[in-house]
Amino acid sequence: MALLEVADLRVSFDTPDGTVHAVNGMTLSLDAGQSLAIVGESGSGKTQLAFAILGLLAKNGQATGSVHFDGQEILNLPEPKLNKVRANEIAMIFQDPMTSLNPYLRVGDQMAEVLMLHQGTSKRKALDESAKMLDAVRIPDARSRLRMYPHEFSGGMRQRIMAAMALLCRPKLLIADEPTTALDVTVQNQIMELIADIQRDFDTALILITHDLAIVAGACQRTLVMYGGQVMEMGTTDDVFEAPSHPYTLGLLNAVPRLDIPQEALQTIPGDPPDLTRLSPGCPFSPRCAFADGPCRETMPPLEGFGQGRLRACHADRETVT
Amino acid sequence: MSAPLLEAEEVSVTFDVPRAGAWPWTPPDRLQAVKAASITLEPGKTLGLVGESGSGKSTLARAIVGTVPVSSGRVLWRGQDWAAASPRQRRAHGRHVQMVFQDPLAALNPRMNVGQVVAEPLVTHFPEMPRSEVRKKVGAMMERVGLLPSLVNRYPHEFSGGQCQRIGIARALITEPDLVICDEPVSALDVSVQAQVVNLLQSLQRDMGLALMFIAHDVSVVRHISHRIAVMYLGRIVETAEASELVENPCHPYTRALIASVPIPSPKAERARHRPVLQGELPSPLAPPSGCIFRTRCPIARDTCAQAVPEFNDIGGQHYVACPYLPGSS
Repeated sequence: MALLEVADLRVSFDTPDGTVHAVNGMTLSLDAGQSLAIVGESGSGKTQLAFAILGLLAKNGQATGSVHFDGQEILNLPEPKLNKVRANEIAMIFQDPMTSLNPYLRVGDQMAEVLMLHQGTSKRKALDESAKMLDAVRIPDARSRLRMYPHEFSGGMRQRIMAAMALLCRPKLLIADEPTTALDVTVQNQIMELIADIQRDFDTALILITHDLAIVAGACQRTLVMYGGQVMEMGTTDDVFEAPSHPYTLGLLNAVPRLDIPQEALQTIPGDPPDLTRLSPGCPFSPRCAFADGPCRETMPPLEGFGQGRLRACHADRETVT
Repeated sequence: MSAPLLEAEEVSVTFDVPRAGAWPWTPPDRLQAVKAASITLEPGKTLGLVGESGSGKSTLARAIVGTVPVSSGRVLWRGQDWAAASPRQRRAHGRHVQMVFQDPLAALNPRMNVGQVVAEPLVTHFPEMPRSEVRKKVGAMMERVGLLPSLVNRYPHEFSGGQCQRIGIARALITEPDLVICDEPVSALDVSVQAQVVNLLQSLQRDMGLALMFIAHDVSVVRHISHRIAVMYLGRIVETAEASELVENPCHPYTRALIASVPIPSPKAERARHRPVLQGELPSPLAPPSGCIFRTRCPIARDTCAQAVPEFNDIGGQHYVACPYLPGSS
């Protein structure tokens, strides 16, 4: 049975400018110990999807649909029940490690708090466990680092602390939301290695949310491409990268400059990301799509399976999308 | 080879940093942001500048524009040193060198409409230009960068990030400069929009004969747009070469580590690669290592590296490396 099953999840926000439809009927599933990358540009709804799963939506947001985790429905669960799931079962690493750590608290105290709150551990034991975990994410001299404040660490180190904190309760699922966006490539490399090691050593399932196709290639078994809050296509990372079946995936892959292959001019996706306050009934990508036809603007193509466990939502023939 | 448009000779930039918790009269620490950096830029060519954050890329660019003082060394523009010029002459020189910034929205004045933003450099540098001509030029430039001229009365917040960057580019190009310094112009943009902006810069360069200095931490983008690339680490340039030569035959251990760290969007290519992870982090620029600045993280460092700063040698074909231990040699 799947560890996480999301069905027809919709997230919307009431704003003075109208209702923003961030996620529009997402369906996905993830088995224990597996890794899934969710790729999309800013505004594709990938972060709100993660926030909805963990019940972290802003006050003006509503989520409908279903999120089944480990045999339990967790969408819109009341806060006290949700708190049992958070950290213990599902943990999250956020994009900006500086704003996610409390600048007033010593790193050790914030880490110990997680264990004391969620598992009722004594402070002394919690601190011991925190030191062990900092050691596991390869922070040298972990013991004495517990007494330091977040600002005394570099960006890469802070992201390691976030990872250590997320792992304290040995969650079954780790959601990493753009964990390396604020970091330099060399540090990004270190953090991605670390996440891969964590996944192997702790047998945690991983959802990696990112806009950077390149880091996905080496990191996740399966890849899901999102646009306008919907699944555009999904499949094993190898399949999606080698034989993209959706015009958006194709566009994204062609727009990335490659270090290993010289290119004349970069192919672009014309236009801008969609306005989520005014959703058209058709495919959200159709205004920017080179393959778009009459029906694309009127009806959203269904998510259909093909090949080996692959899914795509596109009216255009699979053979023509190259 | 044509005469260089811009030459920086051994440029150093130091900043005074007040010591935390020290008495007001204790002398401040001196931070070497850029140390003896030399670059040459030919007209119509692109020089890429890569390095991690804190490597001094932006400071070097600012020193070239003249917004931070150069503490030693010279910046020559067509063979002439502008540091000696009068403020009036320097201001007039400003129209030849323009900048495009990282955060497209923050770089635009929210109280000025797009027409005013794009016209401002013209009005500053050519105060006698008639209004009608300014308007005509602004319209033509907006069209050139792919914005509808009818949008002149809109304000920056009404545009997306990619459009704001186009406005920034239009503003930089309106005075018909010879050199545009782009400081991380695409790092805040989505990949699809990033490709649009990169292609725009390249086509503008072809049409207007612009020289570009392209600063970015993303080696893939820099490789794509640049003719030559300079790699910076902790304030020093450690390697420069033609773009394809640098990527295919990196010689400095830092360049090699940097290029190995760049992920490739292809699972097959990723698996086939050997990716050594560069350990550790950038040392504090307040206390840089003695000798070779990279030795604390270098996989091939030896005792001699701590003693002397390695020389910046041409290893053939205009490929300069600040490391005596080249791959292949023992």
